Amino acid sequence: MNEPAKDEGVVLTEAQKRSRRSRSIAIALVLAALVVLFYAMTLVKGPIVLLRPM
Amino acid sequence: MSLISEGADFRGRLAAAAGLVEPSSASVGDYLALMKPRVMSLVVFTALVGLAVAPGHLHPLTGFTALLCIAVGAGAAGSLNMWYDADIDAVMTRTARRPVPMGRVQPGEALAFGLTLASFAVVVLGLLVNALAAALLAFTIFFYVVIYTMWLKRSTPQNIVIGGAAGAFPPTIGWAAVTGSLSLEPVLLFLIIFFWTPPHFWALALYRTEDYARAGIPMLPVVAGDVSTRRHIMLYTLVLVPLGIAPWALGYAGVLYGVVASVTGAIMLALAGQVLQERRPAERACRHLFAFSILYLFLLFATLLVERGWGGLLARLTA
Repeated sequence: MNEPAKDEGVVLTEAQKRSRRSRSIAIALVLAALVVLFYAMTLVKGPIVLLRPM
Repeated sequence: MSLISEGADFRGRLAAAAGLVEPSSASVGDYLALMKPRVMSLVVFTALVGLAVAPGHLHPLTGFTALLCIAVGAGAAGSLNMWYDADIDAVMTRTARRPVPMGRVQPGEALAFGLTLASFAVVVLGLLVNALAAALLAFTIFFYVVIYTMWLKRSTPQNIVIGGAAGAFPPTIGWAAVTGSLSLEPVLLFLIIFFWTPPHFWALALYRTEDYARAGIPMLPVVAGDVSTRRHIMLYTLVLVPLGIAPWALGYAGVLYGVVASVTGAIMLALAGQVLQERRPAERACRHLFAFSILYLFLLFATLLVERGWGGLLARLTA
């Protein structure tokens, strides 16, 4: 019985892997900075941060 | 056809629809270039002045957050502009080395990057600063990408006159971040940048006419010709210079600003006069006006910052 051909998917070159890694690190740093920013702004604003009059 | 091969086929079609032809090799630097860092720095500077001269109290961290969101919003608009304009960027000398025409960033990546940044900038500004500033930022991005880039730029020689509004909004966003409202003073700052944009860009377009003509962009020198553009530059400079002096005349700025605005305004008029007398192929006066116009805007806003805003910023930091 023949095995179905295995789908290799997209195979990245070494250069593509390196650039993807650097992009992933940059995204992680930006997200961490966003968490810190929201935390610090919550401290600055205090409970008023929950009040959003339009 | 198996589920696996159908899935692979679907992924391929999805990627093609998004403009992703092959896996990305884009570096972090390429993505930063998409954000037009030089334009972003001017946007941040003018927004900082709007923020600094506005009355009222704003915590330094809130001010930093507002500037960060405005900078990211400007970067988003730049990225979306590069996505849409990749075809004309590729044939213009000044823009041919941008990441999308060079093939380092694929169009779909630039689009996704721009939309993501725009969403984050507007939402974070709305959540952490105020709704009016966020609404103005959203409108600025919409105006630059849809009204200017997609519509006006390729259809009318008045493209940068109307489109210039997008670059004029940042001081009003800075002001709105502090006060949650608008008044005559930020509108005056808006008008200064709005009337500064045409002489600035037409001076550039006069010595890049062939570039714009090759790309099929109906800039004023391409459509109306050299002489008409030089007259338009003088007309807009005649409106710009009194507007530049207006903050002092209306009592929003002090004597130092009045002197700087008058002297630099006189130089702008003199340079616009030289542009009016010059004829092609000479381009020296156009280059001088283009270069000085950047210094002119910087000096007006920097003087306002030193005279009005700096004291206000220090007071806020020490409050």
